[in-house]
Amino acid sequence: MTGTSTETRSIVVEREIGHPPERIWRALTVPHFIEEWLMKTSFAPVLGHRFDFRADWGAVDCEVLAIEPNRTLSYTWGDHDLKSVVTWTLTPTDTGTRLRMEQTGFQPDQPRYYHGARAGWPRFLAALEQLLARMD
Amino acid sequence: MHDGHDLIFKTLADPTRRAIFERLCRDGERTVRAITVNAGVSQPAVSKHLAVLKQAGFVLDRQDGRQTHYSARRDALAPLIDWTSRMTGFWETKFDDLEDLLKRMDQ
Repeated sequence: MTGTSTETRSIVVEREIGHPPERIWRALTVPHFIEEWLMKTSFAPVLGHRFDFRADWGAVDCEVLAIEPNRTLSYTWGDHDLKSVVTWTLTPTDTGTRLRMEQTGFQPDQPRYYHGARAGWPRFLAALEQLLARMD
Repeated sequence: MHDGHDLIFKTLADPTRRAIFERLCRDGERTVRAITVNAGVSQPAVSKHLAVLKQAGFVLDRQDGRQTHYSARRDALAPLIDWTSRMTGFWETKFDDLEDLLKRMDQ
């Protein structure tokens, strides 16, 4: 199915958060705060800055694409099987902020996922079980 | 949620069936008898679960004399393994962690 390997899709996670945009902006852009909720990082709030996120499972290579303090932040997100762009949008509300994360990317050929996937199966199925429990 | 996902969830909703499939993923091809040893249910029950798994495309069977060998078809779960599913779960968790941090952050 390599003919569909450049298919572009995106995901959106959006949440109302009871904190002002300025506070959330710091959590999104100050490395020692980022490390507390996302991953270790060499991020700097500078257009064109190349940085990475690091976790025990690997690293993600990134570049800052857009930055508008307290409003929007966008960076590329590339790991071994996904090239994508992550865009954060902060919209003030009466009670805090609507925080939106959109990740747009294309999917390389699926079969690559199966290489070395064996070890991950029990963990994946545990996650599936949680998902099933939530579907009730 | 489209039909492919429904079938996957229905097929794996049963914990015994899920355990059989997971074991075949981990251990490779096995006979019905070998699967039964660890399944905690009778051999006819295991056969019934294997039939459901086979019909949904989760396992392949291979006849060898009197023995039937079963193996996992791991691409049965492909619709769930694509990056959109993985990353949505990832970001949902990260949003939780972000909210925890925001409560702790100094003004």
